[in-house]
Amino acid sequence: MMINNNLNPEYINYLDYKGKYTGIRAWLYSTDHKRIGLMYLYAITTFFSIGAIMGILMRIELIAPGPTIMGPQTYNGIFTVHGIIMIFMVVIPGLSVVFGNLFMPILIGARDVAFPRLNLFAFYVYLTGCALAILSQVLRHGPPDTGWTFYAPYSLNTGTNVIAATGAAFILGFSSILTGLNFIVTIHRMRAPGMTFFRMPLFVWAIYATAWIQLLATPIIGITLLMLIIERLFNIGFFEPALGGDPVLFQHLFWIYSHPAVYIMILPAMGVISEIIPTFSQKRIYGYRAIAFSSLAIAGVGYLIWGHHMFTSGMSLVAIWSFSLFTFIVAIPSAVKVFSWVGTMYKGSIDLKPPMLYALSFIFLFMIGGFSGLVLGGLATDVQVHDTAFVVAHFHYIVFGGMGYAFFGAIHYWFPKIYGKMYKIKRANIAWALTFIGFNLLYFPQFILGMQGMPRRYFDYLPQFQTGQVISTIGSFIFISGFILMVYNLIMGYRKGEQATANPWKGTTLEWTIPSPPSLENFEEIPVITEDPYNYK
Amino acid sequence: MEEKSLHHEEPRDDFGAKMGMWLFIFTELLLFAGLFLVYSVYRFQYPTFFHQAALELNVTIGSLNTVVLLISSMTVAMSLTAMQKNNRKLALTLLFITVLCALIFLFNKYIEWGTKFEEGLYPGSPLMLKLERGHLLFFSLYFFMTGLHALHIIIGMVILLIAWFKIKKGTVNTGKYMLLENGALYWHLVDLIWIFLFPLFYLIT
Amino acid sequence: MNVIASHVTSYKTLGYVLILLLVFTTITINVTSYNLKAWNVAIALAIAGIKGYFVLTYFMHLKYENRIIRAFVLVVFSLFIAIFAITFIDYLYR
Repeated sequence: MMINNNLNPEYINYLDYKGKYTGIRAWLYSTDHKRIGLMYLYAITTFFSIGAIMGILMRIELIAPGPTIMGPQTYNGIFTVHGIIMIFMVVIPGLSVVFGNLFMPILIGARDVAFPRLNLFAFYVYLTGCALAILSQVLRHGPPDTGWTFYAPYSLNTGTNVIAATGAAFILGFSSILTGLNFIVTIHRMRAPGMTFFRMPLFVWAIYATAWIQLLATPIIGITLLMLIIERLFNIGFFEPALGGDPVLFQHLFWIYSHPAVYIMILPAMGVISEIIPTFSQKRIYGYRAIAFSSLAIAGVGYLIWGHHMFTSGMSLVAIWSFSLFTFIVAIPSAVKVFSWVGTMYKGSIDLKPPMLYALSFIFLFMIGGFSGLVLGGLATDVQVHDTAFVVAHFHYIVFGGMGYAFFGAIHYWFPKIYGKMYKIKRANIAWALTFIGFNLLYFPQFILGMQGMPRRYFDYLPQFQTGQVISTIGSFIFISGFILMVYNLIMGYRKGEQATANPWKGTTLEWTIPSPPSLENFEEIPVITEDPYNYK
Repeated sequence: MEEKSLHHEEPRDDFGAKMGMWLFIFTELLLFAGLFLVYSVYRFQYPTFFHQAALELNVTIGSLNTVVLLISSMTVAMSLTAMQKNNRKLALTLLFITVLCALIFLFNKYIEWGTKFEEGLYPGSPLMLKLERGHLLFFSLYFFMTGLHALHIIIGMVILLIAWFKIKKGTVNTGKYMLLENGALYWHLVDLIWIFLFPLFYLIT
Repeated sequence: MNVIASHVTSYKTLGYVLILLLVFTTITINVTSYNLKAWNVAIALAIAGIKGYFVLTYFMHLKYENRIIRAFVLVVFSLFIAIFAITFIDYLYR
């Protein structure tokens, strides 16, 4: 492993580097993957906060039956925009564009991605999509009230700003495609000498599998949303029953993308966990190839199971049976990863620093989400809980508990490398505890409420559900306070934190061999790789 | 290495650029795949009406367009060969013929669509909405798919024109012709899509 | 890595491929004058598939391309088939 000389007088880190442009333009015009990653980080954090505020508003509304702070139309608009922001602007781009950009090139020993200008372009396409999504909230006909799933025929007939919102999703999809394309070529063409595929860190495997899904699945939602827009404008009849169309066909097309999309969300998250656990167990990862192949398996099988979102829509018996079977099969590679992580920790030297706390929470929360997924994947049980709060709990455990916690883990893990500073560990731990307690109070009651019959996307409910709703709302406030403390801690770490060394966590992958923060081009000389990653003695 | 320059020049990676173009082509294929899926489903559900509606399309113009596009695919591939053999003039001529073929295609499309519009048949028209549902869906698919395809013809043409000018200027040459090669790939994609569109709309009679 | 060393398809090969494509086009147009019921579609699609194959292999140079690109094309093609097949599992058995 080559260690770059931090005392090189020519060393200027990428944050301070002064090139052709100055001021804000030095960032907005930068094609450096690290700066682009940070710009995405700030954008995504902002949008997450807005989406979270929408969530809090929903929780306040649901604290009592009947209208509390808003009427039904507003509520419908709020859960729709909450979904649009969280799904299309936060969790789908999420880990890939932030940490994939910041670290994938470094982890393979490259100076940047294959197409740096395309990378910056994709960022601007992303921002354009976000702007249009925000516009959809304020334009003349009012925010869309269809849910982020835009099901026909309602999405064809509602008077609200559906075209703006679906147009935004279309543009955001294009950004996703370009990023995926860039990452695939980068990983194929720019690995350092000696870095075979099986010497790549597992986060890179995860980014690779994800990039393929971004590339191949996103066009389907693209064309579907285009069909929706054209149908709204010209009544072409694809999804309108009165014109001979089939609304279920919309659902098929929608979920052919949106199911693989959840693997876009979770695969990089699992990749992060695969990085954190070996470092904080100071032990080589158990089952490297199993984890690598399981990423590909999840990506592959994930394309075949979209119908499990549609069990009650009227599909044929053969179809629902097949989808159910394959849905159970896709759980297997995920389980393989969990076994491997636990196997890594066994007899390791566990260090419960904040990244590890988040990684362990991930395993716990993801498993709960995963098991509840099996309830939903079983046909008879799904009929009972489809479109109830049970589903809401399931996907929040998986996406938020899974991808979200992996994101928090990643930022705490790589923070010292990104900024060259360290945050306060104790405060990070308290923030973690608050989010963890809050999260479970927020979502666990919803499993129970769902089984008892509480529908999702309803702004009103029967009085018997109120206790669960109140607990859930209290949980949301506890969570938010933890989140605010977390962000505060990180910001203070950046502004006033201790200087961080090149390798504060004693990791073995390439990012820990270069200075904190890295120089503009990452490596003085491209390293030559002679051994596996996670090479703990 | 004594040079302490902060900028290492990455060697040009032509294969990487080509790989990138292939990946982009995959996304375009999948984009149209969604439409082919919709076509298949409604063809399955409304076989007779699709058959009847197809009779209203002009097989001659469709066939002519198919031939024109196939020829253009050959000429652009030949233009690449010419470039690789450093025959700049031939490359320019062949590329020019390719773009000409594209224009012929678009002109034919304009005639076809024009005729239909004059009959009152266009997306959202009162006539359309009164049609039998299978008939309506056929024509909605027809306009959508051939329209989206025509958009890609225009994009392809623009790329090839840019290549033409760069070859003329010399910035695309026998040592550096990725733009032409990738542009040609994109053009073949456009041809490929039409190869499937043609029988499905014109030949199911 | 520069392209100078890569394979150059001869004008002759490209010409022959065009002729082949035109022949298949003629066949597919003529077949429509016979009423073969379900076979019409099958033949039309098969011929389109063959034409597509030749465009991919020769015009798009896949025959001489690095194995990895061919592997990619296969993956995309399989995905295509899988999506169609699974969607039809719904529609065929409703």
